Amino acid sequence: MKIDLLIQHGRLIDPASAVDEIADVWIHDGRIAGTGCFSGKAKRTIDARGMIVCPGLIDMHVHLREPGQEWKEDIASGSKAAVAGGVTRVCCMPNTQPCLDHAGVLAQLAARNQAVGLVHLHPIAAVSKGLKGTELTEMRELAAAGAVAFSDDGKPIWHAGVMRKALEYASSFGFLVIQHAEEPTLTAGGAINEGWVSTQMGVPGMPAEGEDSIIARDIMLTRLTDARYHVAHISTAGAVAQVRAAQQQGLKVSAEAAPHHFALTEEEVLGYRSDAKMSPPLRTEADRQAVIEGLRDGTIAVIATDHAPHHEDDKRCGLECAAFGIVGLETMLPVSLMLVREKVLSLSELIAKMTVNPARLLNLAAGRLAKGDIADVCVFDPDEQWTLDRNRLYSKSRNTPWHGKTMQGRVRHTITAGKLVFSLPEAS
Amino acid sequence: MKHLFGIAELSAERIRHLLSISASMQGINRRSIKKAPALRGKTVINLFFENSTRTRTSFEIAGKRLSADVINISASTSATKKGESLLDTGQTLAAMQPHALVIRHSLAGCCHFLADFLPHTSIINAGDGAHEHPTQVLTDLLTIEQALGTTITGKVMTMVGDIAHSRVARSHLLAAQKLGYHIRLVAPKTLLPVQVERFGCSVSHDFDEAIEGSDIVYMLRVQNERLASACCFPSVREYHETYGLHRQRLARAGDHCLVMHPGPMNRGVEIATDVADSLQSRVLEQVENGVAVRMAVLTECIMHRDAAAAEAAENEDEDDED
Repeated sequence: MKIDLLIQHGRLIDPASAVDEIADVWIHDGRIAGTGCFSGKAKRTIDARGMIVCPGLIDMHVHLREPGQEWKEDIASGSKAAVAGGVTRVCCMPNTQPCLDHAGVLAQLAARNQAVGLVHLHPIAAVSKGLKGTELTEMRELAAAGAVAFSDDGKPIWHAGVMRKALEYASSFGFLVIQHAEEPTLTAGGAINEGWVSTQMGVPGMPAEGEDSIIARDIMLTRLTDARYHVAHISTAGAVAQVRAAQQQGLKVSAEAAPHHFALTEEEVLGYRSDAKMSPPLRTEADRQAVIEGLRDGTIAVIATDHAPHHEDDKRCGLECAAFGIVGLETMLPVSLMLVREKVLSLSELIAKMTVNPARLLNLAAGRLAKGDIADVCVFDPDEQWTLDRNRLYSKSRNTPWHGKTMQGRVRHTITAGKLVFSLPEAS
Repeated sequence: MKHLFGIAELSAERIRHLLSISASMQGINRRSIKKAPALRGKTVINLFFENSTRTRTSFEIAGKRLSADVINISASTSATKKGESLLDTGQTLAAMQPHALVIRHSLAGCCHFLADFLPHTSIINAGDGAHEHPTQVLTDLLTIEQALGTTITGKVMTMVGDIAHSRVARSHLLAAQKLGYHIRLVAPKTLLPVQVERFGCSVSHDFDEAIEGSDIVYMLRVQNERLASACCFPSVREYHETYGLHRQRLARAGDHCLVMHPGPMNRGVEIATDVADSLQSRVLEQVENGVAVRMAVLTECIMHRDAAAAEAAENEDEDDED
């Protein structure tokens, strides 16, 4: 019998099983059929010599814009961007139109994703109906329809009383609540980080305390409710310190960091560059170092992109008016590899933050390469240098601060459920 | 100098050069026939998205006295679409081939933003949000140096009021670093941007203390209703008491101290009428000198553009001969 697909001679890194060795991976019927030394015949073979072979990446923070804003992104284009970035599981945020606050919308998303067929789609449903922050969604029904966590991302759950109830209700069923930590009365009108850069530019700023104060409150509420609480796109030194302290006290508090928050600082917006505008904003070098330290010591278990596509029209209107957000799916892996080059993390630790760690947080049987697992695989060259051209992104949107920058590390092949869904075109 | 975005882009030498051209323009403004041919055949568009009387009129008179064709446009903006309409309006006007666009807009960085899309037009900043207002500061410098009869280097300017929202303040803070004068900022913390001391200025919350030893007291306009409702201060009454310039307070600085204000003044709020109209006040000289400074700026930007175009044409001719 011939197996479906053989990935030969690569360096297999599977953090879940602590494997890091040169080995073959073979796939049959959509599942991992074995790892080690393959002898037999395969219908298709990928030569992965010099490459890393790891579980398909999981991005637990993506804005796919469908339904409602398909001119920015849709499931088809977002999936193509995902697999080009080695991502096989996409957790999409609920701030669509209509928003993901009803099981019917989740069913529609699942059907659309099945038709596209490139990635596994795991919706994060709204905490509050209409993302209004006043009444809770039907979390149990949404979970049954596929929701893996709950968030009002894009907006904070601001009202302390509602947040308490959300944490209590969600944790009654083991659900994770993800907070976009922002105190709107401190950040109102702000476009960038508040500090020396905003002072020089005369642009309204958003202080770090806008993020820290909500997290401080939420940690108290997490203690009160014995809930599971996750900080999205953590960006400040103060926030990292609070999450670390909460974890040391045994609270079920976790956090994710976006590549831009550990790779870039607020100085990126000098010259009024709207492609470096997002929320939370790029912070100071001290904040960036604190996020890196949080990744190093494990306080921050997950790297996620906050992939936020926007049309040129929403970005090309001056810094203060421009929409918040950048695309990230296609740059997550190469940008994050800087942590390995700078010896912050081992390659295995880095991959864990984009595979098994988010899988555990979201209770997904994924992010690993053991025999019998669904065959989601990423094959990448950790050394290849290439120049990012925003006009060649698979995403519909081009809002990236890395246009023209040299990337190191490049995805060569992506396999979702045993199907080869992406191969880097020759000579690109 | 193709554009004037702000003081940030100017060297000390360039500032000195602009001031000396400005001084030479002052003569034209005092003649009975106030017309010179320097910008004949040139088109200047004043594109103002915010209300302005003095700056717009000043640019208009400056252009006209140099024989440029000056067109004034007052565009209103809704808050949500303001960036979009800025680009569309800018591109539309640039398509009519003006030599210079003079822009005022509530968006900080509007000149940097537009210049990326309008490669053939000189862009002159007439005030961008809370960022910069370079021609105001050049005007102030000309006024101060002529009033003192010496350069501003080493002098002390005490600047009082809404620093946080002031483009004049930022431009002065940059100019002070380049020309070597010292700025003491005076305001409650609610009206100071964070880390402002990194401009090299000193910061005080006590006007009475800070005004002593000042060569110039520079009062900024306070938009009292907006700031009071944003909790920046409790009342006009308390503001005037604490940070207003009145006669007794000015006496602490002495008779030599110049009083300045970029206008329009709120009498009885940041400045008392008797001080505004006193002999120490240089407010009207600031307005007068504004015309000369804007004549200099228009000339420098447009002539640079002409020189660059002539050079390009010459190179083209050479190509033809080959």
